[in-house]
Amino acid sequence: MPEPRVKAITLRINGRAFTVPAGTSVAAALALAGDFISRSDLAGRPRGPSCGMGVCFECRATVDGVPEVLTCLTPCREDLEVVTDA
Amino acid sequence: MREACDLVVIGAGPGGLAAACRAAEAGLDVLVLDAQPEPGGQVWRGEARKGTNRLARRWLSRFAASGARFRPGARVVAAPEPGLLLVEEGASSLAVRYDRLVLATGARERFLPFPGWTLPGVLGVSGLQVLVKDGLPIRDRRVVLAGTGPLLLAAAATIHAHGGEVLLIAEQAPAARHWGFALQLWRYPDKLLQGAVLSAGLAGVRTATESWVLEARGERRLESVRMSVGGREEELACDYLGAAWGLVPNLELARLLGCEVSRGAVVVDDRMETRVPRVHAVGEVLGIGGVDQALVTGEMAGLAASEQPVPDALVSAWRRVRVFAEALARHDAPRPELSRLATPQTLLCRCEDVPLSALEGCQNLREARLYARLGMGACQGRTCGAAAEALFGWSAEDVRPPCLPARIGSLRLPPEPPPTPKRAS
Repeated sequence: MPEPRVKAITLRINGRAFTVPAGTSVAAALALAGDFISRSDLAGRPRGPSCGMGVCFECRATVDGVPEVLTCLTPCREDLEVVTDA
Repeated sequence: MREACDLVVIGAGPGGLAAACRAAEAGLDVLVLDAQPEPGGQVWRGEARKGTNRLARRWLSRFAASGARFRPGARVVAAPEPGLLLVEEGASSLAVRYDRLVLATGARERFLPFPGWTLPGVLGVSGLQVLVKDGLPIRDRRVVLAGTGPLLLAAAATIHAHGGEVLLIAEQAPAARHWGFALQLWRYPDKLLQGAVLSAGLAGVRTATESWVLEARGERRLESVRMSVGGREEELACDYLGAAWGLVPNLELARLLGCEVSRGAVVVDDRMETRVPRVHAVGEVLGIGGVDQALVTGEMAGLAASEQPVPDALVSAWRRVRVFAEALARHDAPRPELSRLATPQTLLCRCEDVPLSALEGCQNLREARLYARLGMGACQGRTCGAAAEALFGWSAEDVRPPCLPARIGSLRLPPEPPPTPKRAS
């Protein structure tokens, strides 16, 4: 079955540009930026997305200057600026 | 900002959509709130764009034509008085006045702590499935799944279809209970069909009953898992682990609104009305029952909310679904070994970094909150609460507003708009 043609979107994660298919969530895109890390815990250990459904808050990151955004509920948009705290 | 409606539906999964359709088609002004960017809930996530599931397509197009209004990215943070909700939408706040309400808040996975469960690359079973549906690159990645029930197969099928390599499906239930449950599916043709479709893509994938994860290992992220497979230990190098054991209902809003909750489910009558007048509840908050239960109870609530009779056929369909749901609950009940995986250093509360050892001497959830900050972080105990119930038998208590992290401005009722100037005629 041929894949339907999907639009590509370019966003920036920690200053680096990544291109993803339209419909990709920001949490899923974090895997491209290395190690799938969204934040650090109180002791500085890395954390990544966990529940995928907006429940656990592990995937939170700064998106377009807004802190603590749940990246698993946020679709990638053109020129989106994502900053993780890890 | 302010909004008013006859009926507010919280949650746009199958149950919320069915309720909204029935009520809006009867002429009610219906407002549907959901935290996700699109309608469909978790089970039909992405279907609004992809449209691969026929049932989802049918309900989503019916919903689009129903006249109900949909507000994406909307999270209810408080309910200061009957008929009023305070809602946060991204950077803005909203007050919603309503006459009736339908709770369709669905369920989340039951996470149980084990050493290494906080490493990046360790997710829930459905959590990993959702991320894959949302574009997580999984081709040629090695995946281990540890959990229970039909969700395991559904996740494996999605990962497999996207090119991921499922090394092992670890089912916690004992073989006898697992196959006993599978045989019961014969009595439910739809479920059987789903099961057959799911396993078709999975021939050759290693599946083991009486199996679970012991430990996730890695430096900056997951590198390997140590498993107990049918009583024997083995270590598997992998890129992702999906580990969670069944579902638990999202009861925070039901508790916030004062609905009666018994044995982990909202109490309703045959019109899906809770003990709080004019507040209905549908779907997973009635006890985990899947899409069938959500659609049946959603229709019942939508009919009742718009003062239409609820046909006996729907009431008996709901009773049939409950029989299946109770068999599922018996199958999915976590075995005692799963409550003993955490070591004293393992974090139980992932938000406040509370290790198991910090809970020594605590007798209940309240003491664990006061003395150890369990459940006091960003997720407000949504993850560690169910874990504490499985580990210690501590039940959830009252829910206080705000039930999610919220901006201070969202907790204030927005000012009345100035009266519209009357024009001289």
